[in-house]
Amino acid sequence: MFGLKADWSLEVFERYFTMGDYAGGEARWCPGCGDFAVLNTVHRVLHDAQLPPEKTVAVSGIGCSSRLPHYMGTYGFHGLHGRALPFANGVKSRRPDLDVWVATGDGDCFSIGAGHWIHAIRYNVDMVVLVFDNAIYGLTKKQTSPTSPTGLSTNTHPKGAPLPAMNPLTTTLGITNVSFVAQCVDWNPPHLYETIKKAHKHRGTSFVRIIQRCPVFSPDFCKPLQEDSSRMLLLTHEKGIPADDSVRRIFGEQREHDPGNWIEAMSIARDERKIPIGLLYHDPDAPVYDDLSSRGLEATNAEKIAAVNRAFDAFAI
Amino acid sequence: MTTKTTSGATETPKQRGAKIIKEHIVEVVSDSGEGAQKCGQTFGSVSGKMSNGVWTVEIIPAEIQPPARSPAGASGIRIRLASKRVTNMGDEADLVVAFNEQVLFSRVANGAYKKGTIVLLENKWSEDPQESIRQQYAAAVKEFAEHGLVVHEVPMEVECLKLVKDARKGKNMFVLGMLCHIYSRDLDKALAEIAATFARKGDKVIKANHDLFQSGYDYAASHIDYHWEIPAEQGDLGPTLVTNGNTAVGLGVMAAGMDLVSMYPITPATSATHYIADIFHEAGGFIHQAEDEIAAVAYAVGASFAGKTACTITSGPGMALKTEVLGLAVMAEIPLVVVDVQRGGPSTGLPTKVEQGDLLSTLYGMPGDAPKIIIAPATIEECFHFVILARKLAEAFRGPVFVLTDANLATGVQPWTRPVLSEDWLAAPIDQGAWDRNVPAYDWNETTGLSQRPIPGQRGGEYVLTGLSHTNRSKVAYDSDTNQTTCEHRSRKLAALAQTLNPPEIHGDEQGDLLVVGWGSTKGAIEEAVDLLRENGHRVSSIHPRFISPMEPGMQEIFSRFKKVMTVEINYSDKLGDPLITEETRRYAQLAGLLRAKTLVDVDCWSVVYGHPMQPGLIYSELEQRLRA
Ligand SMILES: Cc1ncc(C[n+]2csc(CCOP(=O)(O)OP(=O)(O)O)c2C)c(N)n1
Ligand code: SF4
Ligand SMILES: [Mg+2]
Repeated sequence: MFGLKADWSLEVFERYFTMGDYAGGEARWCPGCGDFAVLNTVHRVLHDAQLPPEKTVAVSGIGCSSRLPHYMGTYGFHGLHGRALPFANGVKSRRPDLDVWVATGDGDCFSIGAGHWIHAIRYNVDMVVLVFDNAIYGLTKKQTSPTSPTGLSTNTHPKGAPLPAMNPLTTTLGITNVSFVAQCVDWNPPHLYETIKKAHKHRGTSFVRIIQRCPVFSPDFCKPLQEDSSRMLLLTHEKGIPADDSVRRIFGEQREHDPGNWIEAMSIARDERKIPIGLLYHDPDAPVYDDLSSRGLEATNAEKIAAVNRAFDAFAI
Repeated sequence: MTTKTTSGATETPKQRGAKIIKEHIVEVVSDSGEGAQKCGQTFGSVSGKMSNGVWTVEIIPAEIQPPARSPAGASGIRIRLASKRVTNMGDEADLVVAFNEQVLFSRVANGAYKKGTIVLLENKWSEDPQESIRQQYAAAVKEFAEHGLVVHEVPMEVECLKLVKDARKGKNMFVLGMLCHIYSRDLDKALAEIAATFARKGDKVIKANHDLFQSGYDYAASHIDYHWEIPAEQGDLGPTLVTNGNTAVGLGVMAAGMDLVSMYPITPATSATHYIADIFHEAGGFIHQAEDEIAAVAYAVGASFAGKTACTITSGPGMALKTEVLGLAVMAEIPLVVVDVQRGGPSTGLPTKVEQGDLLSTLYGMPGDAPKIIIAPATIEECFHFVILARKLAEAFRGPVFVLTDANLATGVQPWTRPVLSEDWLAAPIDQGAWDRNVPAYDWNETTGLSQRPIPGQRGGEYVLTGLSHTNRSKVAYDSDTNQTTCEHRSRKLAALAQTLNPPEIHGDEQGDLLVVGWGSTKGAIEEAVDLLRENGHRVSSIHPRFISPMEPGMQEIFSRFKKVMTVEINYSDKLGDPLITEETRRYAQLAGLLRAKTLVDVDCWSVVYGHPMQPGLIYSELEQRLRA
């Protein structure tokens, strides 16, 4: 497959990977930061899938959350602010055998990288995109982000963020060829695990917005949700994110929602009175760019040379 | 397929009394859409097949859809045709065929013609129903004569209408016929070329075009006194390709076995991917059109991180956008080929015109110290070979390699030797064997700064690439020693490469009064001017380094053998004597500034930004003046 040595890929099945194989350097986020929970969950999902660490690539931009690759035992690509998505698409472009994960922040993805966000959703390359949304610029110490709630006091807007917060769910749902949109919170491990697992299984760009605690710079973003879970709406469905009793008990407000129903997904996403938790939209059949970008991978040297010679013929005199 | 025709087909030029000449520059100009370019390309191919030296370059109107008969709307082609090899578009044209008189004005304004340039001008406008057009025509013919142009009014439309209903379609074939007679082109080769051009349209269309061609040929034989022969003196060229520099780059990408071209459209770079767009996958590659230049280069860098050979092709404004990612490629040592087909700048500048203005921004346009390899092909053939070279250098020296071409190379068309392809040129398949865990991801050699890199999929090689300052295990490190030593390692790679380079070859004598230094597309024009000066007794030589970073060795020593050294470049420099310009305030041309800093020699420069390719005649008169001073 893909020009790789068969003996090498067969060997995979004889190895067993521990959680430690997926972990890298010691994570250094602030105490109470939601990023820890996501990192642990990613390790667990990879461990349960028993994917070889050397075949996994964690790609990120710049931000607190974008430190994630450094805490992985896999290959990693800690890129540039806003550019995680095109880097990740490039990694996957000619290496469909690699398992690609993206960690990006609300500033990284929705502000400086917003153009790439739209196009990455449209390319629909097979990868998991985890957006760590703490509604603030964490790394650079408390500047307004596109998702900062109106009135949130920041260092760039001490009197309060002036604009209405962006709604990343409706934006993503509105992009042609969107194939997977889910939302979850970092402080509910079972639901977080099921969400990331489902995202990982989907072939296409799985967009997961994680509402993430930043106790240092935007505590007021998550605290009201943690204190009053009725402000959230758990989406349930047999095709959605599995939610066991423990999860159902926490989220009192629930709604059956078929993730195949785009119009309903859009109306749920638009209703800002209740924050939806779960799988909003899933189209397993949306075309993936990998099928295009992996063209020609199997060409042999002889075929390559023959193709160039044919090209020469077109210009020969 | 060839069609034997009646008149003149079997006569040789000598029988018909053609005058032998060494070279001519011919232009065909028209409103856009009248096929002047097709006419010129065919004329060029036929001449190439006759083993003549040929250089063709398209004349592109400033607007996409200029109105008909607009003075600024000249669309067409220049063909420089010679007995020997031609390396540039030359100076003023000797003969021009114009489909209307208005389009000639912009060419006259550009200095494309001289006293004595022959104009074969469509005369239908003299009888146009609109009086204003008749008047414009008459006034223009008078004005051209005053400029010293030799105007011949030719009833092209009338002649074509004898064969077709709409002369707009096909007049170019009539003109091709005229030119082929005037320049004694091989009739069979011309007919075959036309047949090949219209092969897809069927025999009827071929026949109609052959008839138009023949009528132009016959018309010239009986009505036009000019009749020249330009015998080929190059001998048999062997297998030959005819392309412009952009197509050569595209073919080079394929022959280098690249996996990926990731680009965003920008003039004049885009056409490098046009031809290969449909066939690249057959050679194992993929073209990604990204949402912008940042994404394009990021995608390429991502692919390269994953072990696949990648390339991005762009022009000045695109280079500006890619800068941050390219800095990451330097910092994290990711191989990448970057082709910059330079155009006029700054900003959107002159999109279709020639400039060598990106040398310093490529070299220095990144935050911090970002050492990188920069090479500049000087010929269309080198556009092909340098892509292959760049890929190898990128991998061996673990970083981005910049190939600077320009709009002159991009659009100039020339025959060049068909390369014999080699497996050695293809990228090797990626290594997926296990990586020795004890070897760090950046196992820098202390002396050379070189190291091998692990590729995702290699067990034991797991590392996290980062643009932050990092240790040899790619761990983020902000301490002073790490930053100092890693900067040294990255820089030393250039010194290691420089050790393998030869000093530039000297064109002309090894010492003399003046040494001219050029780079990139100006080589042909500079050497032509130098040759002519030498024939006229001047002690002048030239060099043309291909490696700009690291610089080819021995410069200072070579400079010491000449009384004066100067560069000739197509980028801006101040001229002494201009208002406020003194030795102190003067800003030098880009390579000149680099050479001054590098060698401490008082390197002078002559550079202009007219947007044209360098012309040998202009260089000649500038150098001659300086040699006299
Ligand atoms: C081109 C560029 N501009 C600005 C920065 C500074 N910068 C680094 S991270 C960041 C914002 C991070 O916010 P977010 O993406 O929300 O991540 P978080 O730290 O909150 O996880 C900014 C502005 C940068 N590194 N690069
Ligand atoms: S600043 Fe906020 S987001 Fe960043 S590590 Fe600390 S808690 Fe986490
Ligand atoms: Mg943030």
